[in-house]
Amino acid sequence: MSSSTTPALPMHEVRAEATWLQRNKMIVTPLLFLLPGMLFFAVYVIFPIFQSFGISLYRWDGLGEATYIGLANYEELLTDRNFEISLVNNLKWLVLYLLAIPLGLFIALFLNQTVMGIRLYKSLFFFPFVLSQVVVGLVFSWFYLPREGLLNTIITGLGFDSLNILGDPTLATYGIIAAGLWPQTAYCMILYLTGLNAVDPEQVEAGRLDGAKGWKMLWYVILPQLKPATFIAFVVTIIGALRSFDLISVMTNGGPFGSTRVLSFYMFERALSEFGFRMGYGSAIAVVLFLIMLVFIGYFLWQMWRDEREARRG
Amino acid sequence: MFPTPIEKRSRAAQITYQSLLPLALILWLLPLIAVMVFSIRPFSDFTQGNYWGVPSSFELFTNYGMVFFESDMPRYLLNSVFITVPTVIGAVALSCMTGFALGIYRFRGNLLIFFMFIAGNFVPFQILMVPVRDLTVDMGLYDTKLGLILFHVAFQTGFCTLFMRNFIRALPYELIEAARVEGVAEWRIFWFVVLPLMRPAIAALSVLIFTFIWNDYFWAIVLTQGPDAQPVTAGITSFNSQFVAQYHLMSAGSIVAAIPPVAIFFLMQRHFIAGLTLGAVK
Repeated sequence: MSSSTTPALPMHEVRAEATWLQRNKMIVTPLLFLLPGMLFFAVYVIFPIFQSFGISLYRWDGLGEATYIGLANYEELLTDRNFEISLVNNLKWLVLYLLAIPLGLFIALFLNQTVMGIRLYKSLFFFPFVLSQVVVGLVFSWFYLPREGLLNTIITGLGFDSLNILGDPTLATYGIIAAGLWPQTAYCMILYLTGLNAVDPEQVEAGRLDGAKGWKMLWYVILPQLKPATFIAFVVTIIGALRSFDLISVMTNGGPFGSTRVLSFYMFERALSEFGFRMGYGSAIAVVLFLIMLVFIGYFLWQMWRDEREARRG
Repeated sequence: MFPTPIEKRSRAAQITYQSLLPLALILWLLPLIAVMVFSIRPFSDFTQGNYWGVPSSFELFTNYGMVFFESDMPRYLLNSVFITVPTVIGAVALSCMTGFALGIYRFRGNLLIFFMFIAGNFVPFQILMVPVRDLTVDMGLYDTKLGLILFHVAFQTGFCTLFMRNFIRALPYELIEAARVEGVAEWRIFWFVVLPLMRPAIAALSVLIFTFIWNDYFWAIVLTQGPDAQPVTAGITSFNSQFVAQYHLMSAGSIVAAIPPVAIFFLMQRHFIAGLTLGAVK
């Protein structure tokens, strides 16, 4: 590593003394290439994280003077019933959103065939992922409508009572999660389809000769080979679950009675809407969400670091 | 291949599979099909409670005509284009350079910088919201497309760097060494050796970022307001309040808002999926 300052190249010895720039070009070049990207990233992503930590210690309406109040915002969080609801809902999102992984695997296994027109089927199964969450939210809120919605038309057609999913505080969050699972499952499906494409046919054959089939084959032969796909599916699903905002904003706007709030949405509400511009309190909520995310980010980075090290050795 | 190819199964299994496919697809896309059906109905169908029967008339052109000629929708769509395209160009350009630096050179702190980009890419938006909004207001860029573009370029650089760096890592390193032996300057290696090889990555990333940015909603409502700068994802809510409870028009509006990324996906499918699944296979 430290030898990288002197390029190990047979330079033509035209000039005896290389300039400082030439001697250090293996350090200077990458730095110059990194500079614009890092500058942007630092200004808009890295510094703001620390600024938010700072703002969370203040009482501030975003315009006037900010007053330092120490940890008072965090103390207020402890007794804030809405914060508690948001936290519990975040947990529901995290757990239920992970269903996208087995569902995606199931659809991928169903579609991993080579019949006529299968490519079009794969594209059409995948395509909910391309829609914006706003559109997905609208589509599902109309789908759930008590009178006009197709879902209730089907339910009542089968002889059940109609459900007002988004109007019922006990059901609304699950209704939104179901809407979120739609594109997320499509994403996991495409990851697994790509993974299945790369499964080693010889190992499958060997497994067959050993008498493995169906579930056993899937569990002992196929899934281990799908590990990279599963890892990525896990990463994007966890991040997606904790980032959920658009769907809630579009489908229920936090209601009914604030029952569908999650941290990301509650933070926005506190800092930037009719609840008054409480930037400090909002930032405190954001910090909590960030710390939850950090646990997962740390885990992902650790996994990637291990892969890096292996790649370097191999 | 797993599961067992259906051609090797019994005739009955094949027929079952072939008929299950379209059924499953219809079930999967049911909410979307419902919206499409809504969007071609006349308003009278809704007042008479004819939600799911045969449409009493076919109003595709009237409804979509309303969206395009009687609302702010075209402005929002245009805003989206003017936000998305510069962002794609900016983020891809920056990340070609960062990816090159991190993928080709060995220097102390390389991995640290790389991991900083990855970690930043995963953080919740809310932790950035207040400072970024402040910064944008201070620069006089609140409610402008430029304010939104600058943030998007910066944030997407995280994901793009991850992507580009890993792509460059997989290129044959001998090419670069050979060029160095020839005495080619480092920036020329970037421009004439590496960049041409990155074309597939640039295509894949452009398509992906286009979709991500087009579909952004959170930053649109944090950094802009009103039809001068708002992209279509935020505009659709104003559109819906203009046509409240007129499901035929709201459906048509949201379909129009969704078309550009869908079109890009179907046109550039291979690139899109290559980009999305990078790393899903070792």
